[in-house]
Amino acid sequence: MKELTRMFAKPKPKVAVYKFTGCAGCQMELLRLEDELLDITEKVDIVYFMMAQSNVERQDYDLCFVEGSVSTPRELEEIKYIRAHAKTLIALGDCAVTGCIPSIKNWLPQSELEHAVYKDTTPIKSFKVGGIGEYVPVDLVLPGCPPHKNLIFDAITSALLGIRPKLRMHAVCMECKLRENVCILTSLGKLCMGPVTRAGCGAICPTYGRECEGCYGPMSDANPSALAEEYRKLGLSSDDIVRKFRKYAGTTNEFKEVAGL
Amino acid sequence: MSAERTANTQVSAKKIEVCYVARVEGQADVRVEVAGTGETKAEFAVFEPIRFFEAFLAGRRYNEVHEITSRLCGICPIAHQMTALRAVENALKLKVTPQTKALRRLLALSAWIQSHTLSLYFLTAPDYLGFDGAVSMASKYEDAVERALRLKKLGNDLGEIIGGRAVHPISAVVGGFTKIPNKEDMAQIRQRLKQEKDDIWSTVDLFKSLKYPKVSRDSDLVAISSEEEYAVNEGRLKSVKGLDATEEEYRKHIQESEVTHSNTKASLFNGKDFIVGPLARVSLNHKKLTPDAKKAMEQLDLKLPDSNPFSHIKARVVELVYSLDECIRIIDTLKLDVAEQPIQPTIGTPSEGFALTEAPRGLLYHAYKLDAKGIVQKADLVPPTAHNSASIESSLRAFAPELVKRNEDLQLGCEKLVRSYDPCISCSVHVTRLKKGR
Repeated sequence: MKELTRMFAKPKPKVAVYKFTGCAGCQMELLRLEDELLDITEKVDIVYFMMAQSNVERQDYDLCFVEGSVSTPRELEEIKYIRAHAKTLIALGDCAVTGCIPSIKNWLPQSELEHAVYKDTTPIKSFKVGGIGEYVPVDLVLPGCPPHKNLIFDAITSALLGIRPKLRMHAVCMECKLRENVCILTSLGKLCMGPVTRAGCGAICPTYGRECEGCYGPMSDANPSALAEEYRKLGLSSDDIVRKFRKYAGTTNEFKEVAGL
Repeated sequence: MSAERTANTQVSAKKIEVCYVARVEGQADVRVEVAGTGETKAEFAVFEPIRFFEAFLAGRRYNEVHEITSRLCGICPIAHQMTALRAVENALKLKVTPQTKALRRLLALSAWIQSHTLSLYFLTAPDYLGFDGAVSMASKYEDAVERALRLKKLGNDLGEIIGGRAVHPISAVVGGFTKIPNKEDMAQIRQRLKQEKDDIWSTVDLFKSLKYPKVSRDSDLVAISSEEEYAVNEGRLKSVKGLDATEEEYRKHIQESEVTHSNTKASLFNGKDFIVGPLARVSLNHKKLTPDAKKAMEQLDLKLPDSNPFSHIKARVVELVYSLDECIRIIDTLKLDVAEQPIQPTIGTPSEGFALTEAPRGLLYHAYKLDAKGIVQKADLVPPTAHNSASIESSLRAFAPELVKRNEDLQLGCEKLVRSYDPCISCSVHVTRLKKGR
């Protein structure tokens, strides 16, 4: 512990938390580190966090979390500014990684959406919802809607130590097995997305007796078309298969084929 | 309109433009200009990007509506889930069991505990104690910040036990819950609720000691109200000045108008703005409060009628006391002996369903039209901050000249006023309508 204290003695790393197009749920998950929060603030200086403090600094950051997707020209400019000023840039949560649920709109023509909404569409400055990685290089992605607070904590401590955080590229199924759940897909015929979904949540949904909805996005080397075929055998319609994949990560390279019509 | 804050803030005696209000959820600017004549212009301009929720909900299946609308807001996902579930169940004429109702009430109250604590200690208190946030506040008020973290964790943990996780819960579904919480977890959380309840008077004392400004402005207050209980998840639409309607009739009474400077629409009742939130609920439903919550009302000197937006803060403390009491009461009445499975709805005819609930920051409305296959045809959502946005502007117009007259800090005063409503801006900007008007 003394060793660690010395390492962090000075200068304190500067941390920023930015919000783009999103729901603030990931910031809420960060604030759910109630037991660790005061210790964290002893080790780092939080210099930009609009939801939590009114004194904010626009400067260079050692560690910058961005929650939310890029969906407006202002955000596009902003993400480039942030990238230029952040040593380590972390995409915090699905919106910043894949565009998440708001990306469902990407399947509809923008003009159709806008005209469905307003008579005068000239003030609307909104384009396709996309993860920040579509526009700038990202150093670490923390998927999840929201990413579990332990993953956020792991990212912060890893950054402080200068080591690689635990990257969970495997499927939810791994965590599900560790919790000794009976497979709800093979034994109960529930339409679980666990086999293609990235781990990190601790397999909460199957543990709570329901199918995984895929809120951590695609795992590494996911095979969504094989899973879609399983769903078809279980009687799911093509429309419902599309709905399932066109939710948290429908526009990712991994899912876009099965999420398309 | 930039994420840059301080550099864009122009402060002069008569005019302020706060770009990006801090310590609220979401992205909004406040512009206030007080002319020499006392005439005041005020804008609460939301620049949070539009997410088109109502547009892309069309085409989704009835059983994923609550999962999708949860993502409207990360602070009140539970409120959106409870409202969406009930609106869909109303459309499908599905009645849930008393146990499901009780668990949903508990889940909603867990969100009140979490959200009120966040609002009171993290967003509000720093203004009154002279800090820029809770972290810096901890240097002098360590006990208070630690208490806040404990309370917030309690709300989150209760939500997690019932809902599977606190932010975007997963176990509440159409017809019930996929898993019933186990008795041991409930007994443990009951003990913690009791401990925090015993300690709640330190919170009452802290917020009693703060000096709140007054906005001298009469306003109607709107909330749901029930004969049986302090209304949380269902009730009739009522106002202090006599509105009394069912949730189906909501659109007949509350009108929305578009404003050019903001991405949030303004809600009006009888052509006037109104207040929703803790103060509205306490005003309408104070008789249903527990004895200790009533005692807190007295100690905080919250006397009705009161339409000063700053009294929201006192009402929030009162509701925190109430929520702890009520959670303990519900846990004591829950038997949890039967592992009830969610009731499956009958799909087959086109239908329409409405629901009003009380999110931590006020009245929340969801309505859905489903087709014969249970697919959403049309969605209509009005979150609390859309209800409050016109009131926020009117209050700024009334309050700013008083600040100027008293030579007080106009920027801080206006930001405090905005924060007293505890606005949740992400929520308020989904605002789209598939067909304009109804």
